[in-house]
Amino acid sequence: MIYEFLANLFGSDIIASFISGALPFVFVVPFALFAVWLERKVSAHMQDRLGPMRVGYHGWLQTVADILKLIQKEDITATDTDKKLFNIAPVLVFMGSYAAFAAIPFSSAYIGSGIDLGILYIVAVSGLVVAGILMAGWASNNKYSLYGAVRSAAQVVSYEIPTVIVILTVVVVVGSLNLTKITEFQTSRFWDWMIFGGSIAGIKKLILLPFMVIGFIIIYISSLAETNRTPFDIPEAESELVGGYHTEYSGMKFAMFFLAEYANMFAVSAIAATLFLGGYHSPFGYFGNLTGMIWLVPIEQFFWFTAKGIFFVFVQMWLRWTLPRLRVDQLMTLCWKYLIPIAFVNFLIVALIMVL
Amino acid sequence: MKSSEEIFAILKEKFGDAVLQLNTKLPKEAVIEIAPLKVTEICWFLRDNEELQFDNLILLTGLDDDNGEKVKLEDGTTETKGGTLSVVYHLESMKLGNRIVLRTATGRENPEVETVSKVWACADWHEREAYDMFGIKFLNHPDLRRILMPYDWEAGYPLRKDYKNPEFYHGMKVPY
Amino acid sequence: MLKTEQMVLNMGPQHPSTHGVLRLELELEGEVIINVKPHLGYLHRCFEKHCEAMTYPQIIPYVDRLDYLASMNNEMGYAIAVERLLDIKVPERVEYIRIIMAELQRIASHMVAVGTYGIDIGAFTPFLYLFRDRERILTLFEKTCGARLLYNYIWVGGLSHDLPINFVNETRDFLKDFKKTVIEVNNLLSYNKIFIERTANVGVLPVDSAINYGITGPNLRASGLKWDIRRNDPYSIYDRFDFEIPVGEGKHGQVGDCWDRYFLRVQEMVQSIRIIEQALDQLPEGEITSALPKRIKPVEGQIYSRVENPKGELGFFIVSKGQLQPFRVKVRPPSFINLSVLGELCKGHLIADVVAILGSIDIVLGEVDR
Repeated sequence: MIYEFLANLFGSDIIASFISGALPFVFVVPFALFAVWLERKVSAHMQDRLGPMRVGYHGWLQTVADILKLIQKEDITATDTDKKLFNIAPVLVFMGSYAAFAAIPFSSAYIGSGIDLGILYIVAVSGLVVAGILMAGWASNNKYSLYGAVRSAAQVVSYEIPTVIVILTVVVVVGSLNLTKITEFQTSRFWDWMIFGGSIAGIKKLILLPFMVIGFIIIYISSLAETNRTPFDIPEAESELVGGYHTEYSGMKFAMFFLAEYANMFAVSAIAATLFLGGYHSPFGYFGNLTGMIWLVPIEQFFWFTAKGIFFVFVQMWLRWTLPRLRVDQLMTLCWKYLIPIAFVNFLIVALIMVL
Repeated sequence: MKSSEEIFAILKEKFGDAVLQLNTKLPKEAVIEIAPLKVTEICWFLRDNEELQFDNLILLTGLDDDNGEKVKLEDGTTETKGGTLSVVYHLESMKLGNRIVLRTATGRENPEVETVSKVWACADWHEREAYDMFGIKFLNHPDLRRILMPYDWEAGYPLRKDYKNPEFYHGMKVPY
Repeated sequence: MLKTEQMVLNMGPQHPSTHGVLRLELELEGEVIINVKPHLGYLHRCFEKHCEAMTYPQIIPYVDRLDYLASMNNEMGYAIAVERLLDIKVPERVEYIRIIMAELQRIASHMVAVGTYGIDIGAFTPFLYLFRDRERILTLFEKTCGARLLYNYIWVGGLSHDLPINFVNETRDFLKDFKKTVIEVNNLLSYNKIFIERTANVGVLPVDSAINYGITGPNLRASGLKWDIRRNDPYSIYDRFDFEIPVGEGKHGQVGDCWDRYFLRVQEMVQSIRIIEQALDQLPEGEITSALPKRIKPVEGQIYSRVENPKGELGFFIVSKGQLQPFRVKVRPPSFINLSVLGELCKGHLIADVVAILGSIDIVLGEVDR
């Protein structure tokens, strides 16, 4: 809708595409800055501290100041690094997590690209992040970076399997890979959300409910692993590998990794919310519909979508500052011995229920 | 619990001349003096004997006895010639509560003592430290390197009484 | 021909979890440790050489800098060694204050050990909870002697200052609050499933091997041997207090694993609370210095005197030739000796376990390198 609106306004598809494509960027960068600030505040309050307090009210400009500092910093490249790969890697990582935003429906009025393969596209394009991380680790010519990168690749690739199986579960229920359709399948009443069995009538919904909850838990755990967050942050395990794959990076290139991490956090939270928690739908109807101000509905939807995303980002932070870190073999055990079999059985059962 | 006299008697009977004497003249601690090249044998016996069971080496200390002849050098400093370096072993039996102190002295010019690192594993690093600080060579030690000083420290052994700091180390001025 | 090579990874001297300037040379097969070679000496400050040039009381500030997380215990160990050499007794009040200080310091030292161990495993928050409470101990010390880390408080034959006004009440308040923190840390960290997964059955140290390596203190007790200098070779007035000596039980794995070593420190903190409470109850009035000659000059002789430090058995071997300066002072540094077992424990484990094992041994590089 926004795209059509822009196309009408400027009378040119090209300008409309550019503006429409830049919109997620306008969202992602401020969000990443906000999330970094939030992370510091959340961790501080959990640990009986205040966190940043000096720059702006309760330090809300702190990350802006940090980014300004990082931009001004000298761009250090060690002599023995593979310069080309070293420079491409942070861009690739950021691109991978940013590209995922193209297919995420922020509201019924705005989606970067409403392709029918939406969810498949997101899964595929986040795979690019692995390539970027491996590239960073290898090009740094540092053993810690290499370990971090290899661990990360193994971890992300492994945890994509349970994620994809759970996505399949949802796809089987909805019958579409299009994220807008998946969202529309769940309505603006919270008991119609996928985690409660979707907008299916009758006894089937009740039978479906427990399996959907299991699916949601699995996808949330795997999304933690895919974004390298605690308890699965072994690729950048500070106490073992110093900084993991971004040990050798400094200045703006480091900031790129940093922004990518937070963008990625929101992306996976948004996907989990879209698949299971009604996406952009409000839990209890729309104020706009009630008062007849239809134009208010997309704005409300955007609000609900962001709220859900930020809530899950908050949960990720909560976990990070509470839990210790798993070891590399335990991480793989969790994935291959528990998550994948459970996800698979879960998928089979859901498929059977849908056939019956 | 056995007193140092009793343990000395047991050792004297078993090893004869290798166990030199029991020194009770000094206050606080009685010291059994042993020969430097019999240390391993005596320590195996002390550890494995049913009556003694010295399973814990508390401390191994290198010591410069400072009993040599002091020679004045041209630049005004003195250097010690002759005399001895000692190694002191504090042993304890955790099961029986016995404690003794062994001491062995070796010539300053070529200080050689047998290692006990096979008897008690902790002696490994203790002996490396004694080598680092006094230059006492522990025969049959598996890995006798410097431990606290830099590996390429060539100015001698710092805890000897006649040690002199070098002027430069890798171009850096040492005395400040 | 296919052939594989072992990779050598240098861990430290600049590394977040080597607890100081320790350098470990790890030989790796993939992520599995084949061999560990520790390289020491980056913090070598010639303590023993310094001692030979100073009078007996002058050494005390240097003793502070050995295990800088347990300065009070170091001072107490050294003061007791010199007092034994001189054959002097200190007043009752001094003994009690020394014990209160030593046990408070033991709690503070174990707080750092437990907290940083959490960081090694990846849990950041318990560390800050413990540091918040450690701050209160340091404040108590600061009120007593003006310093927060290196106190120069326990002197040969006495103390530098008497206790400040209200010290007893403030200490009681702290102990009351600290009991809650222990429960909090247990819930957050000790019984956490992931934490147990990471530490149970990792780096198992059997008791025979522990004795052979000369391991002392919490690490030895975690292997299952009830051995505490405070009981087995009592010094000061520890025989007057009622406290238990916790030993490793292997609750979540084998006896002597990392979890046992970690949890033993938590239990020891609770026992230290008990000792302090009893000492506060019995604290007598009196002098805080004993009659000492102006110039401390022991007769010719030698002594080995030991105390139970938070890290293990701290001993001072002092050789006197009847001069104002000691002829030789040799420290038995518990961290140094405990560290020597690291190579043995790490073989066959993963890189992440090296961090877990090193943290559970709890070393302070100031003491390892002296």
